[in-house]
Amino acid sequence: MPRPELQAPPEIFYNETEARKYTTSSRIIEVQARISTRALELLNLPSDGIPRLLLDIGCGSGLSGETLSENGHHWIGYDISQSMLNIALEREAEGDLLLSDVGQGLGMRPGVIDGAISISAVQWLCYADKSSHEPRARLKAFFGSLYRCLARGARAVLQLYSENMDQSEMIMKAAMRAGFAGGVVVDYPHSTKARKAYLVLTCGPSSMQTSLPKGKGEDCEDCSDGDESDDDNSETVGIYDRHRPTKRLKLNKKKGKGKAWLLKKKEQMRNKGYTVPPDTKYTGRKRKNHF
Amino acid sequence: MRLLTHNMLACNIKGVTNGYPLGLEAEKWVEKEVDFNADFLRGVFPKIEWRALVGAARALGFPDLLPEDAPDPSVLSSSDDFLRRFHRALLELHVEEGALVCPETGRRFPISKGIPNMLLHEDEV
Ligand SMILES: C[S@@+](CC[C@H](N)C(=O)[O-])C[C@H]1O[C@@H](n2cnc3c(N)ncnc32)[C@H](O)[C@@H]1O
Repeated sequence: MPRPELQAPPEIFYNETEARKYTTSSRIIEVQARISTRALELLNLPSDGIPRLLLDIGCGSGLSGETLSENGHHWIGYDISQSMLNIALEREAEGDLLLSDVGQGLGMRPGVIDGAISISAVQWLCYADKSSHEPRARLKAFFGSLYRCLARGARAVLQLYSENMDQSEMIMKAAMRAGFAGGVVVDYPHSTKARKAYLVLTCGPSSMQTSLPKGKGEDCEDCSDGDESDDDNSETVGIYDRHRPTKRLKLNKKKGKGKAWLLKKKEQMRNKGYTVPPDTKYTGRKRKNHF
Repeated sequence: MRLLTHNMLACNIKGVTNGYPLGLEAEKWVEKEVDFNADFLRGVFPKIEWRALVGAARALGFPDLLPEDAPDPSVLSSSDDFLRRFHRALLELHVEEGALVCPETGRRFPISKGIPNMLLHEDEV
């Protein structure tokens, strides 16, 4: 199956059938609960037990919002799919719901929101579903309005699945242009299934350099391929700050095993009689960090 | 939609400069009990546009629930009665059917089953 984002616009993809899964599939329910719990943790709200006013971007069925409610917070959820919001009504979500396209901006007063989470929604903004859609303009409207409505020092934690590194770069750049500082936290970077990337953004001046938490499972604890265990223990927390020279954005680049090693390995495999792709200028090339 | 959310929302149409507060037409509203938490109320109080909250409560038929002018923040610690009224206005009154209306353009954003439809037309973005 191609990625959902390539199949149809979100308000079509998240139709009644898809929305129904958010009450019937225990896997989906469990995944939403787990990711939203982690996102709330990464918001790093003061641990004084005082309820805050939060946003859930792409709140859908209200499963992620339920995590916020269970922790005592009030929330306002945005979603473009009426079918998903109907499920939220059915589940009696405690937050307020808005039928809204966040690519058009959030429409909130400045500085009133204490934090925002988003579960698997923001990558949808990278697709032009209508001729009038311009992904960059939509990302700008979204991040600009998000930045403005957050209180100084508040965070936004956006878990997202991006299709490739161009996309993650486009999203990150839009966030930085809006004024955010922050970086990416990757949980379980070594697992294709469990891997989750969170964009952790802070509004206004920040001390992210010291406070950005480590991803879970970074130390290879659930590394399945024994073969890889000698891989360098890669730094998976990228730190971005638009106030720093752009060159430093590339910090902590993973060092792979190198082209020479790869070519040797391929030669060995060929000698054993395996079919191995030809060596080209792309073989063993550097890849940028992406989430 | 609670009045808390109404208090935070502004009209998002391109070019609109006076999109706040959104007018509130309430055809149907309900009251739902919400856990009372004085700390939340104290935290959110400085962020509330008082006149907009008073206007919204009036639109629901509660002209006397809140004082006309923003009270001094000291009432937050001195008056339990005030906190209860503030709590009720902010969190317990839910607009189910009606509309939000942009004060500058008159554009209506319908509210159905408690959910305002804030989707903009292509010529509004
Ligand atoms: C993976 S689902 C998240 C579900 C949600 N966290 C929950 O608990 O049900 C992604 C959601 O993002 C929403 N979405 C996608 N693009 C959007 C946009 N431009 N504006 C608002 N919501 C959008 C979809 O409608 C969908 O409900």
